Amino acid sequence: MTAKAMVCRCEDVTLDEVEEAIGKGQRDLESVKRYTGLGTGWCQGKQCVVACARILAAKTGAQPELPITARPPLHPIPLGALASLAGDDDA
Amino acid sequence: MRSRAKVVVLGAGIMGLATAWNLARRGVTDVLVVDRSYLCAGASGRNGGGVRAQFSTETNIRLMQESIAICREFAATMGINVWFRQGGYLFLARDGARAEALEASVALQNRCGLQTRLLEPHEALRYVPELAVEGVTRASFNPEDGVVFPWPFVWGYARAAQDLGVEIAPFTDVVGFVTKGSRITGVRLRPTRLGQITRGEEVVHAGEEFVVECDEVVCCAGAWSPEVARMVGVELPNKPHRHEICSTEPLKPWLGPLVADLTDGLYFSQSMRGEIVGGVSVDPVPDGVDQRSSAAFLAKYARSLVRAVPRLARVKVLRQWAGCYDLTPDANPIVGRVAEPENLTLACGFMGHGFMMAPVMGRLLAEHVDTGVTSPLFERWSLDRYRTGKLLNESMIIG
Repeated sequence: MTAKAMVCRCEDVTLDEVEEAIGKGQRDLESVKRYTGLGTGWCQGKQCVVACARILAAKTGAQPELPITARPPLHPIPLGALASLAGDDDA
Repeated sequence: MRSRAKVVVLGAGIMGLATAWNLARRGVTDVLVVDRSYLCAGASGRNGGGVRAQFSTETNIRLMQESIAICREFAATMGINVWFRQGGYLFLARDGARAEALEASVALQNRCGLQTRLLEPHEALRYVPELAVEGVTRASFNPEDGVVFPWPFVWGYARAAQDLGVEIAPFTDVVGFVTKGSRITGVRLRPTRLGQITRGEEVVHAGEEFVVECDEVVCCAGAWSPEVARMVGVELPNKPHRHEICSTEPLKPWLGPLVADLTDGLYFSQSMRGEIVGGVSVDPVPDGVDQRSSAAFLAKYARSLVRAVPRLARVKVLRQWAGCYDLTPDANPIVGRVAEPENLTLACGFMGHGFMMAPVMGRLLAEHVDTGVTSPLFERWSLDRYRTGKLLNESMIIG
């Protein structure tokens, strides 16, 4: 892989950016996410988190971690559809 | 890790890191900042990035004027892009009482030198033409207010502090204190999951306790402050209060200001990444520190946002998350040294404004910890006010 290989395509995070984050002392997925923005785009990490976990394990020798906390919704939902949901304030 | 530090800061959120960096700039570089989790794990990594001077008390207005000035210079000073954008804050009032309060606040802000303008509903359309202003009675706009991307702001302080010799230890829990007479002499720490620590030849593994001796302790633990302070016998009246937030798919830049509705606590802005980021008040919330998301929030936020800007109905929500405000009974922070232990300084209870206040508070706290000199602000914001009954107020709280 080249250093410019994309790890997170939604947020344009490259392999060398992930490696830089690890070089700056990040040792876990949550920190790399917040250092690089990885996993915060359209797919919400469905494509990049596993790749990032593999890179972390390879670079740090640590066991691969559990995934980062998944953020709802599972798929993007229009505000108009959400607005029609019953909420507690309607009770 | 060092076995003693002049100052141990509890909490590596924005408040702790800003304090540590300011201490180091003053020459106090023997500083250890500990955090139970990763950087940005608490409210500093979970807030909406709003930075505003539109408040209802002179204290908050003047402090935030300085914070905004620091934000403006932050990228150049710290060498990191924090995506700061001064698009202003547009406040909306929907009833007579809130309109009157808004008028009084704007008058006070103008006396403090802010350019805030009081607006009729139709004038608000000049700033956000897509806004539905039916039901809005008054609005206010200050062009100096803005938003930042919180994560690089945290990293910026962290890196700058480390460059000056400050040590930051994430994944390190505070489990207690060592005291002698009326002073703290050490902080008992325990590495968590990822926090293996080296002390000279010795390795401290996750779950093993150790002590770092210190002269001063600063508690910047945000919503976790009450439980940390209780370990050394200090009872705080603060309560964690969950606030939820979400962001949409990125859109091309169209929204200038952060819009905040004083009636239902709705706020939304467009980040430099293009997302619409916002939240709304939800009541009741679970007790304690709770950072889970709820479907009820999404429904309420969507209804409120689509009412305010109907054209957003087709825009998709990508992600939601939650963090905790650190609320006090009189809506003002708890800051400064306590009576006992005499070398404990508090910096908590920031009412959801801690992130935007940290740039200025970091400077003031560092001065306070370094010199021991107090100020009228720190006297007013002292924990002691809950004993003496000199309580305060602030009405412009959103989210």
